Amino acid sequence: MGGLMDSMIVTWMSIPEWVRDLVIILVKIIVVVLPLIICVALLTFFERKVIGYMQNRIGPNRVGPMGWGQPFADTLKLMLKEIIIPTNSDRFLFLIAPILSITPAFAAWAVIPLNPEFVIADINAGLLYLLALTSFGVYGVILGGWASNSKYALLGAMRSAAQMVAYEIAMGFALVGVLMAGGSLNLGEIVMAQQGGIWHWFMLPLLPLFVVFFISGVAETNRAPFDVAEGESEVVAGFHVEYSGMAFAIFFLAEYANMILISALTSIFFLGGWLSPFEGMPILVGTWLAEPSFFWLALKIGLFLFCFLWFRATFPRYRYDQIMRLGWKVFIPITIAWIFVEGVMAAMNIGPWSV
Amino acid sequence: MFQSILFYWIAFVLVVAALGVISARNPVHSVMFLVLAFVSSAVLWMLLEAEFLAIVLVLVYVGAVMVLFLFVVMMLDINVQRLREGWTRYAPLGIGVALVVILEIAHVVWFKAQGFSMGMAPQPAPADYSNTEALGAVLYTEYVYPLELAAVLLLVAIIAAITLTMRQRPGLKKQNIAKQIAVRAEDRVRLVKMKSEKEQ
Repeated sequence: MGGLMDSMIVTWMSIPEWVRDLVIILVKIIVVVLPLIICVALLTFFERKVIGYMQNRIGPNRVGPMGWGQPFADTLKLMLKEIIIPTNSDRFLFLIAPILSITPAFAAWAVIPLNPEFVIADINAGLLYLLALTSFGVYGVILGGWASNSKYALLGAMRSAAQMVAYEIAMGFALVGVLMAGGSLNLGEIVMAQQGGIWHWFMLPLLPLFVVFFISGVAETNRAPFDVAEGESEVVAGFHVEYSGMAFAIFFLAEYANMILISALTSIFFLGGWLSPFEGMPILVGTWLAEPSFFWLALKIGLFLFCFLWFRATFPRYRYDQIMRLGWKVFIPITIAWIFVEGVMAAMNIGPWSV
Repeated sequence: MFQSILFYWIAFVLVVAALGVISARNPVHSVMFLVLAFVSSAVLWMLLEAEFLAIVLVLVYVGAVMVLFLFVVMMLDINVQRLREGWTRYAPLGIGVALVVILEIAHVVWFKAQGFSMGMAPQPAPADYSNTEALGAVLYTEYVYPLELAAVLLLVAIIAAITLTMRQRPGLKKQNIAKQIAVRAEDRVRLVKMKSEKEQ
C-alpha cells in the first residue's frame, strides 16, 4: 500500500506544475458545484413539502421512501422531454439565455468561504466580484423573454429587468455598509471581523441593512412575493413560458441556485458565516460547538432558505408599482441613511466598527 | 506564456465583438456584442492587475448601463430597412474616422519602435496589495474636489432627467398608502344593533 502511495506521489510530482494547479482548481470547483446541484434538487423537494405542511397538505410522498425520490424523478422527466424552439424565435439567443442565467449563479461560489480554510479563489475584491456577477444574472431573463418571440415572455422579461435593476442598487448600498464595518472587500476577512460571539455579528449593528439586503435578495431572485416576472395568473409563466425540457430545467436550477447563493451571502455578511454562535461561552469552550466550522454556515444557509419558502407560503404577490415604490423610495433611502449614520459613528469612534 | 496566450485570445474576441457591434443585422445582437466587448476588455484590465477597474467596468456597464440599453432597444420598433439606407453617403466619413484611428495607433507603435519609452511599465504589485484601497486613498484625499464635482454633476443630471419626465395628470386616481395602512375597522364597518325580526 505504501509503495502504491509513493509511486502515486512520484507520478503526481512529475506532472508539470501548471497542469497540477489546473487539476487542483478543477477538483475544488467540482467539490463545490456538485453538492450545490444536489442541494438544488433537494431544495425543490423541501419546498413542496414545507409549503404543503404549511397549507395542511402532505406534499409529494409517492416516489421512494417518504417521497425523497421526487426531485430525481422530476429531473429525469425534464431531461427526457423535447426542447421546443418556437418558430420565428431567435434560435441562438433562445438557447444561450438559460446558460447566461446559470453561469453567474455558479461562478459566484468561487469567492465564498465555506469554512476557515476552504475557498476556491481568495481574492481581495471578492465583494465587488459578487456584485458584478449577480448583476449579470438579469441577461438570462431578458434575453430568454425577448428571444422567445412571445408577448407574455417579453412582458415578464421587462418586469423582471426593471425589478432586478432597482433592487440591485439597494443591495449594493447595503454591501457598502458591510464593507465599512468589515474593513475589507475579502469575504474571509469580513467573516473574521465578526468574531467574538453572537453580539459581534453585523446582524445587530447593521440591522436595517440586514433586512434590506435579504428582502432585496428575495426580489433579485424573482421569488414570491416579488415573482411578478413569472406571475402565473398575469403573464402565464413570464420569461420562461416558451421553454421546455432541459432548457426550462436550467432556468429552474438557476433560480434555486440563486436562492442558495443569497442565503449564503446573507449568512456571511450579517450572521458571521462559519463562526459559531456559541463562540467564547465558558461552558462550551473546547467542544466543537464553540469552534467555527462549515456546519454553522450550512445551518445559517438552511435558516434563510426556510425563510424563502415561508415567504412564498405566506405573502400574496406584490403589485408591480408597489415593488418599484419599495425598491426606490423605501430601501434606497434607508440604506443611504444608515451608511451615513455608520460613517459618522466610525469617524467619531463610537460603536463596534473602528477605522 | 500563459498570459500572452490569454491576452491574444481575449484581444481577438474583443476585436470580433467590436466588429459584431457594427455589422450585426439585429440591434439586440449588436447590444450583446457590445456586452461581450465590455467583458473582454475587463479581462484585459484584469491581466494588467487592475482588478478594481475591471470589476467596476463589468458592474457598471454590463450590469446596469447595457441592461437599460437592451431594455430600450427591445422596446423600439426599429425599421432595419431605413437604417440600411444611405450607406454610400456615410461610408466616406466612416472610412475617414477609421483612417485617423489607424494613424494614431501606427504613431504609437512607431514611437515604441524608435525606442522612446512611453512611461515605465508598471512593476507587478505584491500579493497583499489592494487595488481598491490604493484607488480609494487617492480619490478621497488628493482628488476629493474633482470627485465631489463629478458627484454633483451626476446629481444635477438625475434631477434634470426627473423634472423632464415628471408630469402630473389632473384627475388621476392614486392610492395613499400611509392612509390605507392606517385604516381601522371602525372607519370601514358600522355595526348596527337591532332586534331580530320575527316572521309574520
